[in-house]
Amino acid sequence: MPSADAAISVRDVSHSFGQAGDAQYVQALLNSNLDVARGELLCLIGPSGCGKSTLLNIMGGLVTATTGSVSVGGKRVNGPMPRDLAFVFQESALFPWNTVFENIVLGMTFQGVPKAEREDRARRALAAVGLDQFAGHYPGQLSGGMRQRAALARALSLETDILLMDEPFGALDEQTRMVLGEDLSVLLSRSKKTIVFVTHSLGEAVFLADRVAVFSARPGSIKQIIAVDEPHPRKPSFMTAPKFHALRDQLYDLLHDEIRRAMAESGQTRRRYDDVEADAAAAVSGGEGA
Amino acid sequence: MSPRPRASAERHFWSRIVQVAFVAAILLLWVLATDVWHVSHILLPRPLNVWAQFVDIIRTGEFIPDLLVTLRELAAAFAISLTLGITIGFLISRSQYLVKVFEPLFAGIYSIPIILFLPLYVLFFGLGSPSKIALGATISFFPIVLNTILGFGYVDRGLATAARSMGASDLQLFRYVLFPAALPVILAGLRMGFTVALLSVIGSETIASLAGLGHRIVNLAENMDMARMFAYIVFVVAIAAFLNAVVSRLEARGKWR
Repeated sequence: MPSADAAISVRDVSHSFGQAGDAQYVQALLNSNLDVARGELLCLIGPSGCGKSTLLNIMGGLVTATTGSVSVGGKRVNGPMPRDLAFVFQESALFPWNTVFENIVLGMTFQGVPKAEREDRARRALAAVGLDQFAGHYPGQLSGGMRQRAALARALSLETDILLMDEPFGALDEQTRMVLGEDLSVLLSRSKKTIVFVTHSLGEAVFLADRVAVFSARPGSIKQIIAVDEPHPRKPSFMTAPKFHALRDQLYDLLHDEIRRAMAESGQTRRRYDDVEADAAAAVSGGEGA
Repeated sequence: MSPRPRASAERHFWSRIVQVAFVAAILLLWVLATDVWHVSHILLPRPLNVWAQFVDIIRTGEFIPDLLVTLRELAAAFAISLTLGITIGFLISRSQYLVKVFEPLFAGIYSIPIILFLPLYVLFFGLGSPSKIALGATISFFPIVLNTILGFGYVDRGLATAARSMGASDLQLFRYVLFPAALPVILAGLRMGFTVALLSVIGSETIASLAGLGHRIVNLAENMDMARMFAYIVFVVAIAAFLNAVVSRLEARGKWR
């Protein structure tokens, strides 16, 4: 049974793409169980292809799990739940033919917010992410970081209790990513939102998360959950604290073998890897090159 | 102002100069051919005579019935191909299988000169306007349907997923995501469709017809009234240029990239 105070409960979720026996058949997730507590920020971290994004999409009702079930606020998930949760995607998914402001208003139109409230809420959301000056800009006129802020504003304007973020800063450079991470931490400390945040970056996971769920290599399942136990908003100084490094090292130890397994299985590094995979690749080439 | 827009405005100015000079050179050649090289006036009338006939056509309003016939045929043909092209293109684009079947088929038919079938159209629809409308609609259907399939095929799936996650209904998804995403490509298809509809309506009028600008031009040629025929050609060129400018302007307004 899902626990009463869980915002999201994942029960025995397995997911596969394609039919068993096909060449393209992939078992992405195997028997995953997870409870996301109300008001916490939970990071999902794991090697490429471990199914962490798939699990996020299953939580949000964008993908239906092959077996198992997910419930949000006690309701079983059968499809998108726009009133309960909002997504922020890696590519901002802003509509390029609409201005930033129109994009935010349109999201609320889809969700069914009364017309009279939309513009006011859009303005507040833009102010919250510091984009008030750019309401009339088109996404193509903004930098990558600003586009992700705009996408975050759109998600905030929907006023859902839950935010699902799929590597929202994954396509950004490290400096922009750090600043956006700090801003997100400040924003969260003010709201009571529940957030599930998929990331490749160990540092980002430790810096942002209340708990970090570490995935095993494909077929993915949750290997261990680590609590960070540090109040929000987190300051940049947290990144240099011994505790930060201890947690980061602990995560790296947990992930290390999984990354090697994932790489051995996929043969080559097909996708773009961030710091986790880059470290592992360096370790592999350094150790075996001699 | 930054230097870049000024540089591009300057380049734009010079390309206009070259275009005007090109037209002026052709006019000059025309004058030379008739007045200096003495090409037969039956083959090539003098520009001044053509101008006098042009003024006469405009002043007497003689062109109006023929122009109305041609414009009506064009409007009817384009309305049919626009409606069918966009509807059928959208329906086909919904299924990968249908796209695979019909896209090469339509592209293949588009590449053959459909005007060859004009005699068949005349047999079916008669010598009057209906055969011109049917042929124009057939020919302009293909660029429109092909670009509609292309436009809806290019829609970023991430955008559709995002709209769904925010609760967009099917109708909202079409109106706010699929349609605006596909619009620039569809508009390019409509512009091409309009151009070929105009070509085929006037072209088929010159081959077999009862009225219209193409009919008038062939009639004048058969009566050896060359100066007036040239004046009508100039008139049709001006009308076609005007219509294409309007359509291109409309297309540019729909661009978002």
